[in-house]
Amino acid sequence: MRLILALLLALMPAVPVWAQTALPPAPWADRQIPDASQEREAKALMETIRCLTCQSQSIADSNASMAADMRSQIRERIMAGERPEAIRAWLVSRYGDWVSYEPTAAPILWPLWGAPLLLLALGALLLRGRIRRRRS
Amino acid sequence: MADEMASEDRGGMRKVLIWVPLLLFLAFIALFASGLFKPDDRIIHSRLVGQALPAFDLPAAASDRPGLSSAQMAGGKPRLLNIFASWCVPCAAEAPQLMVLKQAGVEIDAIAIRDARADVDGFLARNGNPFARIGLDARSAVQIALGSSGVPETFVIDGAGRIAYQHIGEIRADDVPMILEKLRDAQ
Repeated sequence: MRLILALLLALMPAVPVWAQTALPPAPWADRQIPDASQEREAKALMETIRCLTCQSQSIADSNASMAADMRSQIRERIMAGERPEAIRAWLVSRYGDWVSYEPTAAPILWPLWGAPLLLLALGALLLRGRIRRRRS
Repeated sequence: MADEMASEDRGGMRKVLIWVPLLLFLAFIALFASGLFKPDDRIIHSRLVGQALPAFDLPAAASDRPGLSSAQMAGGKPRLLNIFASWCVPCAAEAPQLMVLKQAGVEIDAIAIRDARADVDGFLARNGNPFARIGLDARSAVQIALGSSGVPETFVIDGAGRIAYQHIGEIRADDVPMILEKLRDAQ
């Protein structure tokens, strides 16, 4: 316990380093849009956009400065009337599919979508064989 | 007779099928092992390589250099666009290489990310200033529009203002000839 506390204390001075800059965060990085439905749209989008700096977090979860700037930009664009899917497409055109957590219908993902159907069909086939054998 | 043959067939089938789980297991082991030993590539390249620079017009980031707009980057001659920040440690490490490139006659413009003028001035005073123009991107907006994922990064821009190459991470001494070649290719 004491060790954990000491470790936490040792980590504390490192926190400002994560901020990576002396500038204050962008205006809409951590502030909600007054319009609740717009904020919902922005939040849903931010939760499915991947942070470039910390890579396994969404920008909604990340403390990285670049993620904060992306959040602010997304909120500003939603407030300006842009559709979330248009913003996602714009980001994908910069960073590739990698930046989005939302699975697409791209041909490379067809096996992923097809696998459950295939497995279900296989299961049905097995079941039919069993039932037939039991009847005979 | 026919029945016997069918059951024999089924027996043969069973003999084959019995190996399937083991084979699947080995296939998974092979997949995981190859994943373990494959180097972890986390570099995300910009999709804009080969396309025109996105339009931007940035204010000056340093006291003694003008700001930077995308229109200025289509000057008919290939040049470098360096993405840096005064708070970025590897950016200071690549400064000598940028100086070498400048002395080789390369024109270098820069964008300072999330920076303040006093900090940029201090950084340039410490590390030298190889840049012709430096734009300030206070909210990473141009960085995101460029598909750049961090600092430092260096883009080779051809004479028509198209992105010819993206170098991610600092330019090390042994990268300099490669960068010069990319600039020649972009002619």
